[in-house]
Amino acid sequence: MNNRMNILYVITAVFLLVLPFVYESRTLLILLTQVFIFAIFAMSYDILLGYTGIVSFGHAMFFGIGAYTIGVFMKQFEPTIPYFLLAVLVTIVLTAIVSFVLGLLTLRLKSHFYAMLTLAFSGLFLVLAEKWRTVTYGNDGFTFRIPDLFKDRTDFYLICLVTMIVVFAILRRFTSSPLGRVLQAIRENEQRTESLGYSILHYKVIASVISGVMAGLAGLLYSMSLRFVNTSVFTMDITLDALLMTIIGGVGTLVGAIIGAGLIEFAHHWLTELAKVHWIFERWIIFFGIIYILAVMFFPMGIVGTLKKIKLNRTKKEEKKAEEKIAS
Amino acid sequence: MSTQLKLSEVETYIGQYHILQGVSFEVREGEVTVLLGRNGAGKTTTLRTIMGLNPPSKGEVIYKGEVIQGLPTYTVAQKGIGYVPEDQGIFSGLTVEENMKVAMKNNDDATKERLDWILELFPDLKKFWKKQGGLLSGGQKQMLSIARAYINENDLLLIDEPSKGLAPIVVEKVMETILQMKEKTTIVLVEQNFMMASTIGDKFYIIDDGKTVSEGSMNLLKEDEEMRRKYLGIA
Repeated sequence: MNNRMNILYVITAVFLLVLPFVYESRTLLILLTQVFIFAIFAMSYDILLGYTGIVSFGHAMFFGIGAYTIGVFMKQFEPTIPYFLLAVLVTIVLTAIVSFVLGLLTLRLKSHFYAMLTLAFSGLFLVLAEKWRTVTYGNDGFTFRIPDLFKDRTDFYLICLVTMIVVFAILRRFTSSPLGRVLQAIRENEQRTESLGYSILHYKVIASVISGVMAGLAGLLYSMSLRFVNTSVFTMDITLDALLMTIIGGVGTLVGAIIGAGLIEFAHHWLTELAKVHWIFERWIIFFGIIYILAVMFFPMGIVGTLKKIKLNRTKKEEKKAEEKIAS
Repeated sequence: MSTQLKLSEVETYIGQYHILQGVSFEVREGEVTVLLGRNGAGKTTTLRTIMGLNPPSKGEVIYKGEVIQGLPTYTVAQKGIGYVPEDQGIFSGLTVEENMKVAMKNNDDATKERLDWILELFPDLKKFWKKQGGLLSGGQKQMLSIARAYINENDLLLIDEPSKGLAPIVVEKVMETILQMKEKTTIVLVEQNFMMASTIGDKFYIIDDGKTVSEGSMNLLKEDEEMRRKYLGIA
């Protein structure tokens, strides 16, 4: 099964790598670039929600830190590769520090208190971005230039795709490592995991740092794709997007986060396009609400989770049949 | 035989409820000490208090001469105390293999030997090695729970009602296993099934209304019908 899935992943990756050279569509290219970026963001959220059982309402703060870091560096300095690399490094360090400190302060709390505190901290970053006008230009935001290497849409598409594949591979390895197993054990039963000798806080902070850094990188790519950044990157909508993508795709699967990101971004695009047909589609957020409610009601395990369940039920039935055959 | 664990006048609250109101007992190395008592007497809370899951408000818990009350649960576990909870605590989304690997503190030869021994003892675990923990039967879950606590070289095992909800044939298997484990480690057992408790146990303590009310050798309790009727409700 794993081999078959790996072959499927490779085929999909090759298809996406070749796509811009065989099918010329600027809209599709931009849309897929957004999908890859949000897939990284959703995977980072899946590490928290799906693998460790932590619900965060403030994940946008890491996304925003990445978005503003690259924006400020490219605006204040020359848009060259060394400054870009420096911005990447600063994003990693900043998101790691913020997630570490925040995790240490808040992850001792019960899940709903943690969720509310992350929302509050995210709000603080939003206010900071609004008020620190000399650097952030307030709500209006600012445009910036990017290094020549990223200017071509196809090149940027390929860079985002490769980044997403690398992040997927790293997180997949991480989740199947002994450390990843402990995180899953924490998600299932915190007290029991602690009784086995694991410091829960220690492992939760590790998950929080990894997730925060990945979200920061997604934010960095996002503002590079727009060559613009404003305070919207710190808003609750960004966190809700990640939550929606992870839940619709299937929590605790990683690949579900990628599928969820694809579905949400394409749905967003199509619903906006449909506004030309009827004005009701201008209010696309209503349709997102409906999709979300239906998904939670009928597919609480998400697409990948539901497919896994169907497969599991089929295996169970086959096992039962085999047992009955032996008995008869 | 030296004293491995000692509880002195331990009192524990869960929320506003005063559950343990003075539990005292000693566990000697190499013995199986059984905690008996009616439902709701405080036996499970006693084990949880030792593990630090419900920290005591008064009294002392001493393990190998060191005060351990107030320590976080993971530190208590790292000191060599294994815990098999009443609800088995299986990680249902993880496979049997993953459940065992999460529990392993080391990956040395000694641990591998123990794993081989465990899999010989519980062939079902070997058979369903790649199966999710949540899909196992009640008996298999109990075996996995015991195996997980036993995979490390723990000096003391706290086992909470291992026979609860299991078919008689599975209870026998669990009992045989604990008897084999008894040769290698010290055990504190909470058990309602008196037949099982009296077969395995060396010493007993009766807990009633959160207090230790009686103690002695298991042979003594087997002969004392009145005490059994008074505190355990069995003849």
